[in-house]
Amino acid sequence: MRVPLVLDQESPKDTRTGRRMLTGNAAAAWAARLADVDYVPAFPITPQTEIIEQLASWTARGLMPSKFVILDSEHSMLTAAGAAAATGCRVFTATSSQGLLYGLEVLYTVAGWRVPLVLINVSRGVSAPITLEPDHNDVLAARDSGWLQFHAETCQEVLDLVLLAYRLAEDPSVQLPVLVNMDGFYLSFTREPVELPSPEQVRRFLPPFTPRHAQFRASRPVAQGVGALGGPIYSFFRHQLHLAQRQALPAFSQATRDFADLFGRSYDVIEPYRLDDAEIVLVMLGSFATRARAAIQALRAEGKRVGLLRLRMVRPWPGAALAQALAGRRAVAVLDQNLSPGRGGILFAEVAASLLERPDRPAIVRSFIGGLGGKDIGPAEFRHVVRVLEEARPGDNPDEPELLYTEADFCQVQGLVRQAHPDSPPLEG
Amino acid sequence: MKVASEFVHNLKELPREEWLAPGSALCAGCGGLATLRLMHKALGGDVVIVNAAGCLTLLATYPFTAVRSSWLYTTMGSAPAGAQGIRDALDILIARGRLPAHEDLKVLVVAGDGATLDIGLSSMSGAIHRGLDFYYLCYDNEAYGNTGFQTSSATPYGSRTATSPPTPRHQAGTVQPKKDLFALWLAQRPPYAATVSLADPLDLTDKVCRAGQLHGPRLFHALATCPPGWGYDPEESHRLAKLALDTGIWPLKEAVNGQVRHTYIPDRLHSVEEYLRGQRRFEHLFVPNRQEEVLAAIQANVNHYWQEVKQRELHRAD
Repeated sequence: MRVPLVLDQESPKDTRTGRRMLTGNAAAAWAARLADVDYVPAFPITPQTEIIEQLASWTARGLMPSKFVILDSEHSMLTAAGAAAATGCRVFTATSSQGLLYGLEVLYTVAGWRVPLVLINVSRGVSAPITLEPDHNDVLAARDSGWLQFHAETCQEVLDLVLLAYRLAEDPSVQLPVLVNMDGFYLSFTREPVELPSPEQVRRFLPPFTPRHAQFRASRPVAQGVGALGGPIYSFFRHQLHLAQRQALPAFSQATRDFADLFGRSYDVIEPYRLDDAEIVLVMLGSFATRARAAIQALRAEGKRVGLLRLRMVRPWPGAALAQALAGRRAVAVLDQNLSPGRGGILFAEVAASLLERPDRPAIVRSFIGGLGGKDIGPAEFRHVVRVLEEARPGDNPDEPELLYTEADFCQVQGLVRQAHPDSPPLEG
Repeated sequence: MKVASEFVHNLKELPREEWLAPGSALCAGCGGLATLRLMHKALGGDVVIVNAAGCLTLLATYPFTAVRSSWLYTTMGSAPAGAQGIRDALDILIARGRLPAHEDLKVLVVAGDGATLDIGLSSMSGAIHRGLDFYYLCYDNEAYGNTGFQTSSATPYGSRTATSPPTPRHQAGTVQPKKDLFALWLAQRPPYAATVSLADPLDLTDKVCRAGQLHGPRLFHALATCPPGWGYDPEESHRLAKLALDTGIWPLKEAVNGQVRHTYIPDRLHSVEEYLRGQRRFEHLFVPNRQEEVLAAIQANVNHYWQEVKQRELHRAD
């Protein structure tokens, strides 16, 4: 018996918008579909691969009118993405970790082209040692590339931030590519309730792309990406890029107001939690903030005045909003899920710089490193951070980051080493 | 033996339009520039050049461009991927009715031998594999010219470069053979691949026109004379390019759908020494002492190549 192959239909369950249980990867794919992107150049890498598999399936079945192409590397993928955007298409792509670093040269290049496109990065620790689970050393390597950089805490936010990212990228006052980050495993493979807007709603927020920048066409030759010989020309263009990034702050406010009007969810560059009367504030990025909320609830029940400030945006740096929110607090802990060896936490340095000249700045600002390579940050660790801040006195900052690493973590490593080498001496740590 | 031209029969028939303006930062006598000029004439105006880092990147430096058509500089290693993005975007915009079909462009990658055979090899191979509809011009001056002539994998055996100086241990200078770009392309079964020379504009134009009737990845591999790198007076460029043909060092050939034919088979090969002697990069093969073994190896390699060609193609013609 021959079974007819139906390529252009979707089960009703698939097309249903409204409230759905979706992983972060599925939410990202839906965002690209709802944004009606023209072009998806792709390359597989864990934990991002599901996004491009889903888009490949939808485009192959004719459910998305986009063109999907597998490139030979992330370096090529990002070049094709930038070139298509420079020609006037709305472009979506995704990568992770090693892939982001492999394409790093092109991140700088396409930001310099001033083309709008959106890239999802699904965070994953960087080799060596090679690993799969998340931290932010990958995405923060793209910090200085000129891309706007957003960080999602939930699957809903993955979807919403991609839609917002296109608004910002295509805003004539910005004209820059945007990177939206979600944490691998914790978001990419975790199912959460997500409100899927209808295509009509999305179209109202994000009208079809009308490129304002130069594009390639026969009747109007242009040269893009040309060389700049001499410091004055180069400096001029690099500073233009900086100014465009700063324009993204007011543009984000406008876009999120429109977004809230249409979808009922409002976003700011920073997200406070139990901050009103907080004396101690934790500063974090991404999905691990959900762990911090739970810990803060428990600490609040004990009467401790602890709050959370999550950064939704890393570039442009929301320094003013951050400093305003932290002013007058007793102590701040920056929990970096990254490690700049020889220095410490990358965000710590940025947060501290934003507070430096404020007379009402917190007297204590401490650096903690946690969650490297997907290591959990548990309630005991949050409790430890708060205890350190409670006991800290101004001026006794050792200028050393503290690694959040429990006895149990160490015993786990030691146990494995003992299995592999029963006669080995105990690890020192 | 010379294959009869199909599209142009004398120089007067070459298109008059110039697509490269005078006054670029490139060297006098640059073979890459001369080849691009000829190729662009044959392609016509509706072209977007996708450039990889190399000498020709200097054609467009803000706020000037010497190219009258469109231009995108990408990176050193991913110009073919840039071509992919532009080609796909043009197709999408035309299909979706957002760009009139008459606004379409031919996509031409312009890359040197290092960008082609070293750092950009996977990007180029990927574009051929995907069947991308584009032209690829590799201007091959047989080293990294823009950085001062260091060895690339297109540098021929016996050439001195800044990173392969002749020494008592390596008297030949470069000891590896040149990577075969034409063969690499053929292994991926493109619709068209050709070698060309600025010394034979009719052959070059004919090939571009023939390739224009096909669809998919199309290679043009040009020997690009390089006065500062090779070490000769710029006015000698044409003569050296011609000698490369007459000595058989640079064969002119094409492959249409995998069928290879040589478009010029010299009746009698000039000695390779006539070509080598005029260039400082080969000077160590002659002074202070003649390196007989190296010279003999270069000649034997050329002889062997042409013996095979003659057996294969002249017998096929019989």
